[in-house]
Amino acid sequence: MNSITGKFLETLAGWKGTFSGAYSVRENGSCAEMRSTPFVEITPKSGLSGLDIRILPGCRGEVVAVPACVTQGGIDDLAYNDFYVGAGAEATIIAGCGVHTENGEPARHSGIHRFFLEPGAKVKYIEKHLGTGDASPRAIDPETVIQLGEGAQLEMDTAQLGGVDRADRRTKAVLGAGARLVIRERLLTEGQQQAKSDFVVQMDGEGAAVDLVSRSVARGDSRQSFRSQITGNAPCTGHSECDALVDGNAKVDATPMLSANHPDAALIHEAAIGKIAGEQIVKLRTLGLTQEEAEAEIVRGFLE
Amino acid sequence: MLELRDIKWSAPDGTRVLDGVDLTVKSGGLTVITGPNGGGKTTLAKLVAGVEAPESGRILLDGDDITGLDVTQRARKGVCFAFQQPVRFKGIPVRRLLELAAGESLTEVQVCALLNQVGLCGQEYMGRQVDASLSGGEIKRVEIATVLARPGKLFLFDEPEAGIDLWSFSGLISAFQSLRDRRDKALLLISHQERILEIADEIIVLSGGKVAQRGPAPEILPQLMGKGGHCADCGKRKAVFA
Repeated sequence: MNSITGKFLETLAGWKGTFSGAYSVRENGSCAEMRSTPFVEITPKSGLSGLDIRILPGCRGEVVAVPACVTQGGIDDLAYNDFYVGAGAEATIIAGCGVHTENGEPARHSGIHRFFLEPGAKVKYIEKHLGTGDASPRAIDPETVIQLGEGAQLEMDTAQLGGVDRADRRTKAVLGAGARLVIRERLLTEGQQQAKSDFVVQMDGEGAAVDLVSRSVARGDSRQSFRSQITGNAPCTGHSECDALVDGNAKVDATPMLSANHPDAALIHEAAIGKIAGEQIVKLRTLGLTQEEAEAEIVRGFLE
Repeated sequence: MLELRDIKWSAPDGTRVLDGVDLTVKSGGLTVITGPNGGGKTTLAKLVAGVEAPESGRILLDGDDITGLDVTQRARKGVCFAFQQPVRFKGIPVRRLLELAAGESLTEVQVCALLNQVGLCGQEYMGRQVDASLSGGEIKRVEIATVLARPGKLFLFDEPEAGIDLWSFSGLISAFQSLRDRRDKALLLISHQERILEIADEIIVLSGGKVAQRGPAPEILPQLMGKGGHCADCGKRKAVFA
């Protein structure tokens, strides 16, 4: 691994020279390091770039790290990672991607992650995206596909921390009976950056539940587009919330859609887009913060 | 500690709200400003905190003219202000807000002690976000705690009783009394609440944009209570100010 990958791993995956559980580090389109453990088997896909990750029943809280790093321009990396989580298994999966450019050429990483959770499985999925380097265009296009079996639970914490010029973020999920999906998205765009975020969640089983909260900050001349579509095909509950802080000439649009195809599907959407409230800044200033410190504190809290 | 000289302020529609207010608040005491609704009490508090600027007049803190200082500068001079209607913050936990107020990291014990003063359990609330998940009364108490956390010298509370239940209110009274006992600090409350008026060292009645009455609580309070009187039908005490 090169030093840029090392820095990305620290920021994106909590790496401190090593990982405690199973892991695979992808660097510039190739596997740099990989390790399986008794409960987590990681194997390269045949015929496709990417991995099959099998988390076996009996796994209890292992942390599985599969970060991907692009550390130079001129690379267009595409990876297919499939996660098969056995019945009742519990694990934390850390993915995330860093893209660094410094030779004037654009770079991109597209990660297609599919999750297949068997009944009763529980996964916490943490995904952070970051761009660093020169002014060359950096793109990260994550696609997440989730299938939750009966009673399975997945909590997805996804964040774009900055430095990403173009992002096309797509998440699709199908929930079985009693399955629960929690999504927390945080998104920051600045300058001329553009980000699209698209969630499609379908609840097919009785007692399924989804709670989707997206918080974003758009600064400068950046553009953001949020779209969510939640469909309830059974007695279920769905909540989506889109909050965006807009600064400068940035633009944000939000398009929520709810479809109840069953009389006992209870679906709610909330959305708020606007500038930082003046009274919030005044309150923090009465505590001794400057205008700039107050704005930074509000944004930091909003995105945490 | 605090001196206001001939303060005038008008609303955007031109209505004169404060019309030449002069007052002094000394350190080591508790001063309560009271008076009818629309009398300019909240405006006065905002002028002291720097949230609003007077049309004319001067504001002095410890002899220094702070009239031209902005909100941040006044806060750093030691002016602490609890808003009548607290602000909510998505994503900022109670503990973080208290640390911002204190200007330093706080231990769990310190956070619990602050929240306990306003009748909240620290363990239950320090991790909660200061957002809509808190009730009106809870957020009001957090607001008061942010001011109690500050290392200031002038503590200004605008209607601290609003939204506070009776049990927590007793604790709040104790907190104000301990703050009053600090000789280097001044406590200025805006209130209509009888129990707060009762613990005041001095009461200032603001009416029609002017100081209508001022004096020691034992002298002013009976006049205010007499003014309210009792209802002939139900026997309950009438409001002091209509």
